[in-house]
Amino acid sequence: MSVMVVRKKVTRKWEKLPGRNTFCCDGRVMMARQKGIFYLTLFLILGTCTLFFAFECRYLAVQLSPAIPVFAAMLFLFSMATLLRTSFSDPGVIPRALPDEAAFIEMEIEATNGAVPQGQRPPPRIKNFQINNQIVKLKYCYTCKIFRPPRASHCSICDNCVERFDHHCPWVGNCVGKRNYRYFYLFILSLSLLTIYVFAFNIVYVALKSLKIGFLETLKETPGTVLEVLICFFTLWSVVGLTGFHTFLVALNQTTNEDIKGSWTGKNRVQNPYSHGNIVKNCCEVLCGPLPPSVLDRRGILPLEESGSRPPSTQETSSSLLPQSPVPTEHLSSNEMPEETSTPEEIPPPEPPEPPQEVAEAEK
Amino acid sequence: MATEVHNLQELRRSASLATKVFIQRDYSEGTICQFQTKFPPELDSRIERQLFEETVKTLNGFYAEAEKIGGSSYLEGCLACATAYFIFLCMETHYEKVLKKISRYIQEQNEKVFAPRGLLLTDPVERGMRVVSFLDVLYEGPEQPTSGVSGVACLAVCEATRKWAPPQGPPHRVPHITGHPPVISYPCCW
Repeated sequence: MSVMVVRKKVTRKWEKLPGRNTFCCDGRVMMARQKGIFYLTLFLILGTCTLFFAFECRYLAVQLSPAIPVFAAMLFLFSMATLLRTSFSDPGVIPRALPDEAAFIEMEIEATNGAVPQGQRPPPRIKNFQINNQIVKLKYCYTCKIFRPPRASHCSICDNCVERFDHHCPWVGNCVGKRNYRYFYLFILSLSLLTIYVFAFNIVYVALKSLKIGFLETLKETPGTVLEVLICFFTLWSVVGLTGFHTFLVALNQTTNEDIKGSWTGKNRVQNPYSHGNIVKNCCEVLCGPLPPSVLDRRGILPLEESGSRPPSTQETSSSLLPQSPVPTEHLSSNEMPEETSTPEEIPPPEPPEPPQEVAEAEK
Repeated sequence: MATEVHNLQELRRSASLATKVFIQRDYSEGTICQFQTKFPPELDSRIERQLFEETVKTLNGFYAEAEKIGGSSYLEGCLACATAYFIFLCMETHYEKVLKKISRYIQEQNEKVFAPRGLLLTDPVERGMRVVSFLDVLYEGPEQPTSGVSGVACLAVCEATRKWAPPQGPPHRVPHITGHPPVISYPCCW
Protein backbone atom coordinates (compact mmCIF):
# COMPACT_ATOMS: atom_id res chain seq x y z
CA MET A 1 0.00 0.00 0.00
CA SER A 2 1.52 3.32 -1.00
CA VAL A 3 1.60 6.09 1.48
CA MET A 4 1.05 9.55 0.15
CA VAL A 5 2.85 12.24 2.04
CA VAL A 6 1.34 15.59 1.37
CA ARG A 7 2.98 18.71 2.66
CA LYS A 8 0.60 21.33 3.86
CA LYS A 9 1.64 24.69 2.49
CA VAL A 10 1.55 27.44 5.03
CA THR A 11 0.48 30.77 3.59
CA ARG A 12 1.85 33.77 5.34
CA LYS A 13 0.20 37.15 5.39
CA TRP A 14 2.88 38.86 3.33
CA GLU A 15 1.84 36.83 0.31
CA LYS A 16 -1.58 38.46 0.36
CA LEU A 17 -0.69 41.99 1.33
CA PRO A 18 -1.95 44.62 -1.10
CA GLY A 19 0.40 47.29 -2.30
CA ARG A 20 3.36 47.15 -4.63
CA ASN A 21 6.08 45.79 -2.39
CA THR A 22 8.37 42.85 -2.84
CA PHE A 23 9.11 40.51 0.02
CA CYS A 24 12.09 38.27 0.52
CA CYS A 25 13.20 35.67 3.05
CA ASP A 26 9.62 34.54 3.65
CA GLY A 27 8.40 37.98 4.61
CA ARG A 28 11.33 39.11 6.71
CA VAL A 29 12.52 41.60 4.09
CA MET A 30 10.26 44.26 2.60
CA MET A 31 11.22 46.53 -0.27
CA ALA A 32 9.74 48.49 -3.14
CA ARG A 33 9.36 46.85 -6.51
CA GLN A 34 12.02 48.80 -8.38
CA LYS A 35 15.34 47.77 -6.91
CA GLY A 36 17.70 48.65 -9.74
CA ILE A 37 19.00 51.88 -8.25
CA PHE A 38 19.41 50.17 -4.89
CA TYR A 39 21.71 47.62 -6.50
CA LEU A 40 23.63 50.52 -8.02
CA THR A 41 24.03 52.08 -4.55
CA LEU A 42 25.31 48.78 -3.20
CA PHE A 43 27.69 48.37 -6.11
CA LEU A 44 29.12 51.87 -5.76
CA ILE A 45 29.70 51.58 -2.03
CA LEU A 46 31.08 48.05 -2.13
CA GLY A 47 33.17 48.69 -5.22
CA THR A 48 34.73 51.90 -3.99
CA CYS A 49 35.48 50.52 -0.55
CA THR A 50 36.93 47.32 -1.95
CA LEU A 51 39.32 49.31 -4.10
CA PHE A 52 40.21 51.51 -1.16
CA PHE A 53 40.97 48.59 1.15
CA ALA A 54 42.83 46.69 -1.53
CA PHE A 55 45.14 49.45 -2.68
CA GLU A 56 45.37 52.63 -0.70
CA CYS A 57 44.87 51.14 2.73
CA ARG A 58 47.78 48.75 2.37
CA TYR A 59 50.14 51.60 1.66
CA LEU A 60 48.72 54.02 4.21
CA ALA A 61 48.57 51.46 7.01
CA VAL A 62 52.29 50.96 6.66
CA GLN A 63 53.29 54.53 5.96
CA LEU A 64 51.01 56.36 8.34
CA SER A 65 48.97 54.31 10.77
CA PRO A 66 47.09 51.02 10.91
CA ALA A 67 44.17 52.87 12.44
CA ILE A 68 43.28 54.25 9.01
CA PRO A 69 41.84 51.04 7.55
CA VAL A 70 40.31 50.12 10.91
CA PHE A 71 38.33 53.34 11.10
CA ALA A 72 37.39 53.04 7.44
CA ALA A 73 36.14 49.51 8.07
CA MET A 74 34.01 50.68 10.99
CA LEU A 75 32.46 53.45 8.91
CA PHE A 76 31.89 51.06 6.03
CA LEU A 77 30.20 48.44 8.21
CA PHE A 78 28.04 51.02 9.93
CA SER A 79 26.84 52.55 6.67
CA MET A 80 26.13 49.13 5.17
CA ALA A 81 24.19 48.06 8.27
CA THR A 82 22.09 51.22 8.24
CA LEU A 83 21.56 51.00 4.48
CA LEU A 84 20.28 47.45 4.76
CA ARG A 85 18.10 48.37 7.72
CA THR A 86 16.58 51.24 5.78
CA SER A 87 16.01 49.19 2.67
CA PHE A 88 14.70 46.03 4.22
CA SER A 89 12.45 47.27 6.98
CA ASP A 90 8.83 48.29 7.01
CA PRO A 91 8.80 52.10 6.79
CA GLY A 92 5.59 52.30 8.81
CA VAL A 93 3.00 51.07 6.36
CA ILE A 94 -0.56 51.46 7.61
CA PRO A 95 -2.56 48.34 6.78
CA ARG A 96 -5.65 48.97 4.71
CA ALA A 97 -9.02 48.98 6.36
CA LEU A 98 -10.88 45.71 6.40
CA PRO A 99 -14.31 45.80 4.73
CA ASP A 100 -16.17 46.12 8.02
CA GLU A 101 -14.09 49.05 9.17
CA ALA A 102 -14.31 50.72 5.76
CA ALA A 103 -18.10 50.34 5.80
CA PHE A 104 -18.25 51.83 9.31
CA ILE A 105 -16.23 54.84 8.21
CA GLU A 106 -18.42 55.26 5.11
CA MET A 107 -21.47 55.30 7.33
CA GLU A 108 -19.91 57.96 9.50
CA ILE A 109 -19.00 60.08 6.49
CA GLU A 110 -22.49 59.84 5.09
CA ALA A 111 -23.93 60.73 8.45
CA THR A 112 -21.74 63.83 8.55
CA ASN A 113 -22.09 64.94 4.96
CA GLY A 114 -25.52 63.64 4.14
CA ALA A 115 -26.41 61.55 1.10
CA VAL A 116 -25.11 62.89 -2.19
CA PRO A 117 -27.52 62.76 -5.15
CA GLN A 118 -26.53 60.51 -8.01
CA GLY A 119 -24.24 62.09 -10.54
CA GLN A 120 -22.93 64.75 -8.21
CA ARG A 121 -19.34 64.70 -7.08
CA PRO A 122 -19.20 64.02 -3.36
CA PRO A 123 -17.44 66.60 -1.22
CA PRO A 124 -13.81 65.91 -0.37
CA ARG A 125 -13.48 63.75 2.68
CA ILE A 126 -11.65 65.66 5.32
CA LYS A 127 -11.72 65.58 9.08
CA ASN A 128 -10.38 68.44 11.14
CA PHE A 129 -8.47 67.95 14.34
CA GLN A 130 -6.85 70.41 16.62
CA ILE A 131 -3.31 69.53 17.61
CA ASN A 132 -1.48 71.93 19.91
CA ASN A 133 -3.76 74.80 18.89
CA GLN A 134 -3.28 74.15 15.18
CA ILE A 135 -6.06 72.85 12.99
CA VAL A 136 -4.78 69.79 11.19
CA LYS A 137 -6.76 68.25 8.36
CA LEU A 138 -6.96 64.50 8.06
CA LYS A 139 -7.57 63.35 4.52
CA TYR A 140 -9.43 60.24 3.53
CA CYS A 141 -7.38 57.78 1.49
CA TYR A 142 -9.55 56.23 -1.22
CA THR A 143 -7.13 53.38 -1.80
CA CYS A 144 -6.66 52.34 1.79
CA LYS A 145 -10.15 53.40 2.88
CA ILE A 146 -8.95 55.12 6.01
CA PHE A 147 -8.54 58.60 7.30
CA ARG A 148 -4.81 59.07 7.20
CA PRO A 149 -3.23 59.91 10.56
CA PRO A 150 -1.46 63.27 10.73
CA ARG A 151 1.86 63.29 8.86
CA ALA A 152 0.96 60.10 7.00
CA SER A 153 0.89 60.10 3.23
CA HIS A 154 0.11 57.64 0.48
CA CYS A 155 3.12 56.60 -1.56
CA SER A 156 1.98 56.09 -5.13
CA ILE A 157 5.07 54.05 -5.99
CA CYS A 158 4.52 51.49 -3.26
CA ASP A 159 0.75 52.04 -3.14
CA ASN A 160 0.69 52.15 0.65
CA CYS A 161 -0.10 54.75 3.26
CA VAL A 162 3.02 55.31 5.31
CA GLU A 163 3.16 56.92 8.73
CA ARG A 164 5.26 60.06 9.03
CA PHE A 165 5.97 59.74 5.33
CA ASP A 166 9.23 61.44 4.38
CA HIS A 167 9.83 60.45 0.77
CA HIS A 168 10.30 57.45 -1.47
CA CYS A 169 14.01 56.95 -1.99
CA PRO A 170 14.98 54.92 -5.07
CA TRP A 171 18.59 54.79 -3.86
CA VAL A 172 17.58 52.65 -0.91
CA GLY A 173 14.74 50.98 -2.79
CA ASN A 174 12.12 51.74 -0.16
CA CYS A 175 9.95 54.47 1.32
CA VAL A 176 11.41 56.44 4.20
CA GLY A 177 8.87 56.80 6.97
CA LYS A 178 8.38 56.67 10.69
CA ARG A 179 10.08 53.34 11.30
CA ASN A 180 13.16 53.70 9.18
CA TYR A 181 13.83 57.42 9.09
CA ARG A 182 16.56 57.22 11.73
CA TYR A 183 18.29 54.43 9.82
CA PHE A 184 18.09 56.50 6.66
CA TYR A 185 19.53 59.55 8.39
CA LEU A 186 22.35 57.56 9.96
CA PHE A 187 23.03 55.95 6.59
CA ILE A 188 23.46 59.25 4.77
CA LEU A 189 25.46 60.66 7.67
CA SER A 190 27.83 57.70 7.81
CA LEU A 191 28.05 57.60 4.03
CA SER A 192 29.01 61.30 3.99
CA LEU A 193 31.72 60.63 6.54
CA LEU A 194 32.89 57.57 4.65
CA THR A 195 32.99 59.48 1.37
CA ILE A 196 34.93 62.36 2.90
CA TYR A 197 37.25 59.87 4.57
CA VAL A 198 37.96 57.88 1.43
CA PHE A 199 38.33 61.01 -0.66
CA ALA A 200 40.72 62.61 1.81
CA PHE A 201 42.91 59.54 2.18
CA ASN A 202 43.02 59.01 -1.54
CA ILE A 203 44.44 62.51 -1.87
CA VAL A 204 46.90 61.79 0.93
CA TYR A 205 47.91 58.54 -0.75
CA VAL A 206 48.47 60.19 -4.10
CA ALA A 207 50.41 63.01 -2.47
CA LEU A 208 52.64 60.69 -0.45
CA LYS A 209 53.32 58.31 -3.25
CA SER A 210 53.89 61.08 -5.79
CA LEU A 211 56.72 62.39 -3.63
CA LYS A 212 58.47 59.08 -4.10
CA ILE A 213 57.64 57.92 -7.60
CA GLY A 214 55.91 60.86 -9.27
CA PHE A 215 52.31 61.66 -9.94
CA LEU A 216 51.78 59.84 -13.22
CA GLU A 217 53.55 56.72 -12.00
CA THR A 218 51.29 56.67 -8.96
CA LEU A 219 48.21 56.80 -11.13
CA LYS A 220 49.56 54.10 -13.40
CA GLU A 221 50.29 51.83 -10.46
CA THR A 222 46.86 52.19 -8.88
CA PRO A 223 44.39 53.30 -11.57
CA GLY A 224 41.57 52.55 -9.16
CA THR A 225 42.48 55.70 -7.29
CA VAL A 226 41.19 57.86 -10.14
CA LEU A 227 37.90 56.01 -10.16
CA GLU A 228 37.54 56.33 -6.40
CA VAL A 229 38.29 60.02 -6.43
CA LEU A 230 35.75 60.62 -9.17
CA ILE A 231 33.01 58.62 -7.44
CA CYS A 232 33.73 60.28 -4.11
CA PHE A 233 33.77 63.71 -5.63
CA PHE A 234 30.33 63.40 -7.18
CA THR A 235 28.91 61.54 -4.20
CA LEU A 236 30.18 64.22 -1.85
CA TRP A 237 28.13 66.97 -3.38
CA SER A 238 24.91 65.02 -3.34
CA VAL A 239 25.15 63.01 -0.14
CA VAL A 240 26.71 65.68 2.05
CA GLY A 241 24.14 68.15 0.79
CA LEU A 242 21.37 65.70 1.51
CA THR A 243 22.73 65.07 5.01
CA GLY A 244 22.73 68.80 5.66
CA PHE A 245 19.16 69.08 4.44
CA HIS A 246 17.97 66.21 6.62
CA THR A 247 19.84 67.58 9.63
CA PHE A 248 17.84 70.74 9.13
CA LEU A 249 14.62 68.73 8.93
CA VAL A 250 15.46 66.69 12.03
CA ALA A 251 16.27 69.83 14.01
CA LEU A 252 12.85 71.21 13.16
CA ASN A 253 11.01 67.87 13.37
CA GLN A 254 9.73 68.12 9.80
CA THR A 255 9.48 65.64 6.99
CA THR A 256 10.64 66.13 3.40
CA ASN A 257 7.02 65.80 2.35
CA GLU A 258 5.94 68.66 4.64
CA ASP A 259 8.88 70.78 3.54
CA ILE A 260 8.09 70.35 -0.14
CA LYS A 261 4.39 71.01 0.35
CA GLY A 262 5.22 73.99 2.52
CA SER A 263 2.96 72.82 5.32
CA TRP A 264 4.70 74.80 8.03
CA THR A 265 6.29 77.67 6.11
CA GLY A 266 4.49 80.17 8.24
CA LYS A 267 1.90 81.44 5.82
CA ASN A 268 -1.30 82.12 7.76
CA ARG A 269 0.92 81.78 10.83
CA VAL A 270 0.77 78.00 10.72
CA GLN A 271 3.47 76.57 12.93
CA ASN A 272 4.68 73.01 13.10
CA PRO A 273 2.68 71.52 15.97
CA TYR A 274 4.99 68.52 16.25
CA SER A 275 8.13 70.49 16.97
CA HIS A 276 9.17 70.79 20.61
CA GLY A 277 10.66 74.19 19.90
CA ASN A 278 14.05 72.92 20.99
CA ILE A 279 16.61 71.56 18.51
CA VAL A 280 18.07 69.05 20.93
CA LYS A 281 14.66 67.71 21.91
CA ASN A 282 13.63 67.39 18.28
CA CYS A 283 16.82 65.53 17.39
CA CYS A 284 16.45 63.23 20.37
CA GLU A 285 12.87 62.43 19.52
CA VAL A 286 13.49 61.73 15.86
CA LEU A 287 16.73 59.80 16.25
CA CYS A 288 16.53 58.25 19.69
CA GLY A 289 12.82 58.07 20.36
CA PRO A 290 10.92 54.82 20.91
CA LEU A 291 10.72 52.60 17.85
CA PRO A 292 7.23 51.25 17.14
CA PRO A 293 7.17 47.72 15.77
CA SER A 294 5.64 46.91 12.41
CA VAL A 295 1.87 46.44 12.47
CA LEU A 296 1.86 44.53 9.21
CA ASP A 297 2.50 41.10 10.72
CA ARG A 298 4.09 39.91 7.50
CA ARG A 299 5.01 36.52 8.86
CA GLY A 300 1.68 35.74 10.46
CA ILE A 301 0.03 32.62 9.13
CA LEU A 302 -3.22 33.02 7.29
CA PRO A 303 -5.97 30.79 8.64
CA LEU A 304 -7.30 28.15 6.27
CA GLU A 305 -10.64 28.69 4.57
CA GLU A 306 -13.30 26.56 6.04
CA SER A 307 -15.73 25.38 3.43
CA GLY A 308 -18.17 23.05 5.16
CA SER A 309 -16.92 21.35 8.25
CA ARG A 310 -13.51 20.32 7.11
CA PRO A 311 -11.22 20.31 10.12
CA PRO A 312 -7.85 21.96 9.71
CA SER A 313 -5.97 18.71 10.24
CA THR A 314 -7.24 17.18 7.01
CA GLN A 315 -4.47 16.88 4.51
CA GLU A 316 -5.14 17.84 0.95
CA THR A 317 -3.08 18.84 -1.97
CA SER A 318 -1.35 22.05 -1.19
CA SER A 319 -2.73 24.02 -4.09
CA SER A 320 -6.29 23.77 -2.88
CA LEU A 321 -5.55 25.35 0.47
CA LEU A 322 -6.81 28.80 -0.25
CA PRO A 323 -6.79 30.85 2.88
CA GLN A 324 -9.63 33.18 3.53
CA SER A 325 -9.06 35.58 6.30
CA PRO A 326 -10.00 38.95 7.67
CA VAL A 327 -6.69 40.24 6.37
CA PRO A 328 -7.41 42.67 3.54
CA THR A 329 -6.71 40.53 0.55
CA GLU A 330 -9.17 42.08 -1.82
CA HIS A 331 -7.77 44.19 -4.54
CA LEU A 332 -9.66 47.40 -4.76
CA SER A 333 -11.88 47.86 -7.73
CA SER A 334 -10.75 50.21 -10.42
CA ASN A 335 -13.86 52.33 -10.41
CA GLU A 336 -13.47 53.69 -6.92
CA MET A 337 -13.08 57.38 -6.27
CA PRO A 338 -9.77 58.56 -7.63
CA GLU A 339 -7.09 59.92 -5.35
CA GLU A 340 -6.29 63.58 -5.46
CA THR A 341 -3.80 64.16 -8.21
CA SER A 342 -0.35 63.18 -7.13
CA THR A 343 2.72 64.97 -8.31
CA PRO A 344 4.55 62.37 -10.34
CA GLU A 345 8.26 62.02 -9.74
CA GLU A 346 8.54 65.44 -8.22
CA ILE A 347 12.14 66.53 -8.39
CA PRO A 348 13.17 69.26 -5.97
CA PRO A 349 15.01 72.28 -7.36
CA PRO A 350 18.73 71.60 -7.70
CA GLU A 351 19.98 73.64 -4.79
CA PRO A 352 22.96 72.47 -2.76
CA PRO A 353 20.94 71.14 0.16
CA GLU A 354 18.49 69.34 -2.11
CA PRO A 355 20.14 66.98 -4.54
CA PRO A 356 18.16 66.30 -7.69
CA GLN A 357 18.32 62.53 -7.33
CA GLU A 358 15.91 62.40 -4.41
CA VAL A 359 12.40 61.67 -5.51
CA ALA A 360 9.77 62.84 -3.09
CA GLU A 361 6.39 61.36 -3.73
CA ALA A 362 3.89 63.77 -2.33
CA GLU A 363 0.22 64.21 -2.75
CA LYS A 364 -1.27 67.59 -2.70
CA MET B 1 -5.41 22.56 19.87
CA ALA B 2 -7.28 21.73 16.67
CA THR B 3 -10.57 22.38 18.42
CA GLU B 4 -9.31 25.69 19.68
CA VAL B 5 -8.18 26.81 16.26
CA HIS B 6 -11.51 25.65 14.92
CA ASN B 7 -13.27 27.76 17.54
CA LEU B 8 -11.19 30.76 16.67
CA GLN B 9 -12.02 30.49 13.00
CA GLU B 10 -15.64 29.98 13.77
CA LEU B 11 -15.63 33.00 16.00
CA ARG B 12 -13.98 35.08 13.36
CA ARG B 13 -16.42 33.93 10.74
CA SER B 14 -19.38 34.59 12.96
CA ALA B 15 -17.86 37.83 14.13
CA SER B 16 -17.52 39.00 10.57
CA LEU B 17 -21.26 38.75 10.24
CA ALA B 18 -21.89 40.63 13.40
CA THR B 19 -22.13 44.28 14.12
CA LYS B 20 -18.93 45.93 15.01
CA VAL B 21 -18.25 49.20 16.68
CA PHE B 22 -14.99 50.98 16.07
CA ILE B 23 -13.39 53.44 18.42
CA GLN B 24 -11.23 55.78 16.38
CA ARG B 25 -7.97 57.41 17.23
CA ASP B 26 -7.81 60.71 19.04
CA TYR B 27 -5.21 62.97 17.43
CA SER B 28 -5.66 65.97 19.68
CA GLU B 29 -2.34 65.26 21.40
CA GLY B 30 -0.44 64.80 18.17
CA THR B 31 0.61 61.59 16.51
CA ILE B 32 0.90 59.52 19.68
CA CYS B 33 -1.42 56.56 19.90
CA GLN B 34 -4.54 57.53 21.82
CA PHE B 35 -8.13 56.43 21.36
CA GLN B 36 -11.25 58.47 21.79
CA THR B 37 -12.91 58.09 25.14
CA LYS B 38 -16.25 59.27 23.80
CA PHE B 39 -18.85 56.63 24.64
CA PRO B 40 -20.43 55.23 21.46
CA PRO B 41 -24.23 55.10 21.59
CA GLU B 42 -24.25 51.53 20.24
CA LEU B 43 -22.75 50.29 23.49
CA ASP B 44 -25.35 52.01 25.59
CA SER B 45 -27.27 48.93 26.64
CA ARG B 46 -24.26 46.66 26.82
CA ILE B 47 -21.67 48.07 29.17
CA GLU B 48 -21.44 50.86 31.65
CA ARG B 49 -20.04 54.12 30.43
CA GLN B 50 -17.54 54.28 33.25
CA LEU B 51 -16.24 50.82 32.51
CA PHE B 52 -15.75 51.66 28.87
CA GLU B 53 -13.95 54.87 29.67
CA GLU B 54 -11.76 53.15 32.19
CA THR B 55 -10.75 50.51 29.66
CA VAL B 56 -9.95 53.02 26.94
CA LYS B 57 -8.08 55.28 29.36
CA THR B 58 -6.00 52.34 30.58
CA LEU B 59 -5.16 51.45 27.00
CA ASN B 60 -4.23 55.06 26.32
CA GLY B 61 -2.03 55.01 29.38
CA PHE B 62 -0.22 51.94 28.13
CA TYR B 63 0.40 53.49 24.72
CA ALA B 64 1.62 56.70 26.32
CA GLU B 65 4.06 54.60 28.33
CA ALA B 66 5.25 52.83 25.20
CA GLU B 67 5.83 56.08 23.34
CA LYS B 68 7.22 58.02 26.28
CA ILE B 69 10.28 60.02 25.36
CA GLY B 70 12.60 60.01 28.30
CA GLY B 71 15.89 58.80 29.69
CA SER B 72 15.32 55.11 29.12
CA SER B 73 14.17 55.49 25.53
CA TYR B 74 17.17 57.69 24.75
CA LEU B 75 19.47 55.17 26.33
CA GLU B 76 17.92 52.38 24.30
CA GLY B 77 18.22 54.44 21.13
CA CYS B 78 21.83 55.39 21.71
CA LEU B 79 22.85 51.88 22.65
CA ALA B 80 21.14 50.53 19.57
CA CYS B 81 22.84 53.12 17.39
CA ALA B 82 26.23 52.31 18.88
CA THR B 83 25.77 48.66 17.96
CA ALA B 84 24.52 49.56 14.46
CA TYR B 85 21.11 48.26 15.56
CA PHE B 86 22.33 44.68 15.73
CA ILE B 87 21.27 44.62 19.34
CA PHE B 88 17.65 44.51 18.24
CA LEU B 89 18.26 41.07 16.82
CA CYS B 90 18.51 39.74 20.36
CA MET B 91 16.72 42.31 22.47
CA GLU B 92 13.13 43.37 22.57
CA THR B 93 12.37 47.06 22.34
CA HIS B 94 10.54 48.83 25.14
CA TYR B 95 7.61 49.39 22.81
CA GLU B 96 7.24 45.68 22.13
CA LYS B 97 7.32 44.89 25.82
CA VAL B 98 4.49 47.32 26.42
CA LEU B 99 2.53 45.91 23.50
CA LYS B 100 2.75 42.50 25.13
CA LYS B 101 1.44 44.02 28.36
CA ILE B 102 -1.44 45.51 26.42
CA SER B 103 -2.21 42.15 24.87
CA ARG B 104 -2.34 40.53 28.29
CA TYR B 105 -4.50 43.31 29.64
CA ILE B 106 -6.99 42.95 26.79
CA GLN B 107 -7.08 39.22 27.32
CA GLU B 108 -7.77 39.73 31.00
CA GLN B 109 -10.46 42.27 30.36
CA ASN B 110 -12.15 39.98 27.92
CA GLU B 111 -12.13 37.08 30.32
CA LYS B 112 -13.32 38.99 33.32
CA VAL B 113 -15.35 41.89 32.07
CA PHE B 114 -16.43 41.76 28.46
CA ALA B 115 -17.06 38.12 27.63
CA PRO B 116 -19.70 37.79 30.39
CA ARG B 117 -21.45 40.68 28.69
CA GLY B 118 -21.19 39.02 25.31
CA LEU B 119 -18.55 41.35 24.00
CA LEU B 120 -15.05 40.98 22.67
CA LEU B 121 -12.37 43.63 22.41
CA THR B 122 -9.79 43.55 19.62
CA ASP B 123 -6.18 44.43 20.07
CA PRO B 124 -5.59 47.63 18.07
CA VAL B 125 -2.36 46.17 16.70
CA GLU B 126 -4.46 43.90 14.50
CA ARG B 127 -5.99 46.91 12.84
CA GLY B 128 -2.77 48.83 12.35
CA MET B 129 -3.32 50.87 15.54
CA ARG B 130 -6.15 52.69 13.82
CA VAL B 131 -9.11 51.54 15.87
CA VAL B 132 -10.18 49.58 18.90
CA SER B 133 -13.01 47.45 17.66
CA PHE B 134 -15.89 45.75 19.40
CA LEU B 135 -17.27 42.55 17.94
CA ASP B 136 -20.31 40.48 18.65
CA VAL B 137 -19.99 37.07 20.17
CA LEU B 138 -22.58 34.79 18.66
CA TYR B 139 -23.50 32.09 21.04
CA GLU B 140 -23.38 28.57 19.73
CA GLY B 141 -25.24 26.47 22.22
CA PRO B 142 -24.52 25.24 25.67
CA GLU B 143 -21.07 24.02 26.49
CA GLN B 144 -18.98 24.21 29.56
CA PRO B 145 -17.09 27.40 29.65
CA THR B 146 -13.48 26.81 28.87
CA SER B 147 -10.57 28.62 30.37
CA GLY B 148 -11.82 31.78 28.83
CA VAL B 149 -10.84 34.03 26.04
CA SER B 150 -7.19 34.33 25.29
CA GLY B 151 -5.08 35.46 22.42
CA VAL B 152 -6.93 37.73 20.08
CA ALA B 153 -9.90 39.32 21.74
CA CYS B 154 -12.69 40.90 19.84
CA LEU B 155 -15.23 43.00 21.57
CA ALA B 156 -18.53 42.82 19.83
CA VAL B 157 -21.53 44.98 20.23
CA CYS B 158 -24.93 44.11 19.05
CA GLU B 159 -27.16 46.70 17.52
CA ALA B 160 -30.23 47.41 19.51
CA THR B 161 -32.42 46.18 16.68
CA ARG B 162 -30.63 42.88 16.27
CA LYS B 163 -32.48 39.80 17.37
CA TRP B 164 -30.18 38.51 20.00
CA ALA B 165 -31.35 37.01 23.18
CA PRO B 166 -29.24 37.39 26.27
CA PRO B 167 -27.99 34.10 27.64
CA GLN B 168 -30.49 32.10 29.57
CA GLY B 169 -30.45 28.75 31.22
CA PRO B 170 -27.33 26.69 30.75
CA PRO B 171 -24.04 28.49 30.78
CA HIS B 172 -23.11 29.78 27.40
CA ARG B 173 -19.91 28.94 25.75
CA VAL B 174 -17.26 31.53 25.88
CA PRO B 175 -15.25 30.86 22.78
CA HIS B 176 -11.81 29.73 23.56
CA ILE B 177 -9.63 31.70 21.28
CA THR B 178 -6.14 30.49 21.04
CA GLY B 179 -3.79 29.74 18.30
CA HIS B 180 -3.85 33.09 16.67
CA PRO B 181 -0.75 34.85 17.73
CA PRO B 182 -1.26 38.36 18.97
CA VAL B 183 1.49 40.92 18.81
CA ILE B 184 3.72 38.68 20.90
CA SER B 185 4.78 36.73 17.87
CA TYR B 186 5.39 39.70 15.60
CA PRO B 187 8.92 39.92 14.32
CA CYS B 188 11.18 42.03 16.41
CA CYS B 189 11.22 45.64 15.23
CA TRP B 190 12.59 44.86 11.74
